[in-house]
Amino acid sequence: MESTAHAFKTNVDHALADPNLQDSLAKLKVGFSERRRQAAERLPEFEALRDRARDIKNHTLANLDFYLEEFERKVIGLGGHVHWAPTAADARRIIAELCQSVGARTVAKSKSMVAEEIALNEHLEALGIAPIETDLGEYIIQLRNEPPSHIIAPAVHLTKDQVADTFLEHHSKLGFDKRLTERNDLVAEARYVLRQKFLDADVGLTGANFLVAETGSSMLVTNEGNADLSNTLPKMHIVLASIEKVIPTLEDAAVLLRVLARSATGQESSAYTTLNTGPKRAEDLDGPSQYHVVLLDNGRSGVLGTEMQDILRCIRCGACMNHCPVYGAVGGHAYGWVYPGPMGAVLTPQLVGVEEASNLPNASTFCGRCESVCPVRIPLPKLMRHWREREFEKHLTPRGVRQGLALWSFLARRPALYRGLTSIANRVLALFGRADGRYSALPLAGGWTRFRDFPAPQPGGTFHAQWKGKEGKRKRA
Amino acid sequence: MSSDRSQILNGIRRSLQRGELSGAARQAVESRLATPPRGPSVARAQLPQAEKVALFCQWAETLNATVARVGSAEVPGEVTAYLMRNNLPASVAMAPSPLLEGYDWSSQQMLSIRRGRGEGSDQVSVTGAFAGIAETGTVVMASGPDHPVSLNLLPDTHVVVLREADIVGGYEDVWGRLRARYGKDRMPRTVNTITGPSRTGDIEQAMELGAHGPRRMHILVVHE
Repeated sequence: MESTAHAFKTNVDHALADPNLQDSLAKLKVGFSERRRQAAERLPEFEALRDRARDIKNHTLANLDFYLEEFERKVIGLGGHVHWAPTAADARRIIAELCQSVGARTVAKSKSMVAEEIALNEHLEALGIAPIETDLGEYIIQLRNEPPSHIIAPAVHLTKDQVADTFLEHHSKLGFDKRLTERNDLVAEARYVLRQKFLDADVGLTGANFLVAETGSSMLVTNEGNADLSNTLPKMHIVLASIEKVIPTLEDAAVLLRVLARSATGQESSAYTTLNTGPKRAEDLDGPSQYHVVLLDNGRSGVLGTEMQDILRCIRCGACMNHCPVYGAVGGHAYGWVYPGPMGAVLTPQLVGVEEASNLPNASTFCGRCESVCPVRIPLPKLMRHWREREFEKHLTPRGVRQGLALWSFLARRPALYRGLTSIANRVLALFGRADGRYSALPLAGGWTRFRDFPAPQPGGTFHAQWKGKEGKRKRA
Repeated sequence: MSSDRSQILNGIRRSLQRGELSGAARQAVESRLATPPRGPSVARAQLPQAEKVALFCQWAETLNATVARVGSAEVPGEVTAYLMRNNLPASVAMAPSPLLEGYDWSSQQMLSIRRGRGEGSDQVSVTGAFAGIAETGTVVMASGPDHPVSLNLLPDTHVVVLREADIVGGYEDVWGRLRARYGKDRMPRTVNTITGPSRTGDIEQAMELGAHGPRRMHILVVHE
C-alpha cells in the first residue's frame, strides 16, 4: 500500500475527531492488555520463557543464512519449492507467476502482513486474479477497501454497526438483504459467503508465523481456521514469509508459541496451530498437490548487524500496540502504512525510508510499556531513539526543533548558567500564574496549551534548588 | 532464481561480517539442530499421567470444547447420544482410521456413516487424534490416509476420539512422538494442533465461535 506515514500529524487529527474510532479504541485499551496480564499470571514460567524466546531469536539471527538453507533443503526434500525474493517486486512477480501457472482465477488468502507489505492484492487484481481475504477482519476491510489498522485484529477500528452496514452493502447481491444486528449473525453470514469461495479457490496463500528449519515446516497460528482451509482445499499452497521468520527446531517453536498467544490475545493457546510440510503425499485424501514457499528479504538482511537488529526478533503479536498510549489514542491507520504502533514506528522507517516515516519514531512518550510487554524483549524505545538520532543527523528534524535542541544542549553543558536561567524563568512564571496553579496560554508553548493547561511552578524553587536543599538536610542528619 | 538466492544469503553474511558458516561455528549449529535443546520446563506439563488427563479435560472445557470420559466399548454409543443431545443429524463423516474401525459401530443402527475426506456439506465429523496436550487442552491431528485434514475443518461439529494413553504433557512430548512415528526430519503433510472450536474476536474483540472451522468440538477421552 501507498505510505501516508509522512502525513502522520494530519492522520492523527482525523483519528482524534472520529467518534467510531474512539469508541473502538476505548474497548481495545481494556480488552487485550487485561487479558494478556491474566494469561501471563496464570503461567509462572512466563518471564523465563520470554528470556528464552529472545535468546532463540538472537541465535537464529546470528546464523540466519545457515537456517534458511537448512529450511530450503528440507522443503525440497519433501517435494516442495522455495523461491527467494530480494525485493517486494520480486515476491509479487513470483506469486503472480505461480498463480498463472495453474490458471488461477481466485486466491483464498489467509491474513498476511507481509502480503500487505508487498501490496500483493493490488498486483494480483491488475492481472485479473481475485484475491479473497478469508480472515474475518481482513475480509471486512477488504470489502471496505481499507488497510488493516492492527497486525492481529485488522478491523479493530470498526464498530459492529459499521460491519453490519458493510455486509448489507456487499452481501445484498448474494441474497442477504437483511441488516444484521448481532455479532454471531454477522460471523455466520461471513462464514457462509466465504465457504463457497474456499471451495472454488485455485490457490491458497498464507503467511507464516514461523518457519521450522529442522523439518522444513511452515507454522501458522490462527483462531478462525481460515488459514487451514486455505492450505488444504486449493490445489496449490503458497506460503509468503519474510526471512526472519525462520527458527531452528520444533522445541524452539514450543517456547515461542507459549509466549505468542498469551502476548497477543491473552489466550492460553490460539485455536489452530498448524505445521505444513510439503505438498499432499501420494496416499493422502486431501491437500494441495503443490507447495511453495516465497522467502522475502525486502531490506531485512541489511538490518542485521546494525543497531536496529533487535526489531528482527519481532513475532508480530501486537502486544506493543495494545499497550501503547499513542496507538490507543490514534489507532493504526494514522501510522500511514502496514505496521502501526511501536513495532511499526521502528520497522516502517526501515522499510519505506526515514524521510517518509520520520514522524513515527517521534510519536512516543517513551513510557516503556511496549518494551515491558514484548515477548521477545525488543527495546522498542531505544530503537525509536536511534531513529530520532538518524533523523537529526540527516537534518530531517524541523528547524524549530533543531534550534530548540541546540539551545538546550548549549545550556545543559553549562550547569551554572542553566541553573541561573531556570531559576529566573521559574520566578517569572510564578509571578503570572501561581495563583491559578496553571496557565491556559503561554508564549512559545501554544502547541501545548491549545489542548491542555500548563502547570504553574510550585513554591520552593526549581527541581535543582529543591534537590540541593534536601541533600543538605540529609547530610546534616 | 539462484542469483536472487545468493543475493539474499550473501547480504546476510555481509551484514554479519562473516562468510558461510564453517568449522566449529558450523558444528555448533548443526549439533543444536540434531539434538534440539528444550526451553524452560513448564510445571503444569510435567504431571503424573492421571493428572495430565484431568488437566487436559479441564483446559479443553475451559477453552470451549466439551469432554466425555468413556470406556472404549462406549465410544459409538456416546457419539450417537451426543448427536441426539444437540439435535444434530445422525449422519457423520468419519476418518477411515484403524483406531475408529476398532469400535463396534454396527451397534448404532440409527447412525449413518460416510468414510472419507470432508465435504463442504458435512454437518458432523468423527476423527481420532494423534495426541492430546494436557498443558492447554489441545488435540493434535496428523494428516494421512487415515486422517484427512478437511474433516478437522469443514463440518460444523467435530467429534474427536482421544485415548487417555495419547495424552501428553506439552508440545515437546508431541514432537517426540512425531519423530518416533515419522522419523527425525519427516513430518506428515499437516499437523493441526486444535484448541477448542474455531473462533474470532474480529468484531469489537468479542469472541464468537464457529468462524470458519467447527463451532462445536466434542472430545471423547477414552480409557481402555
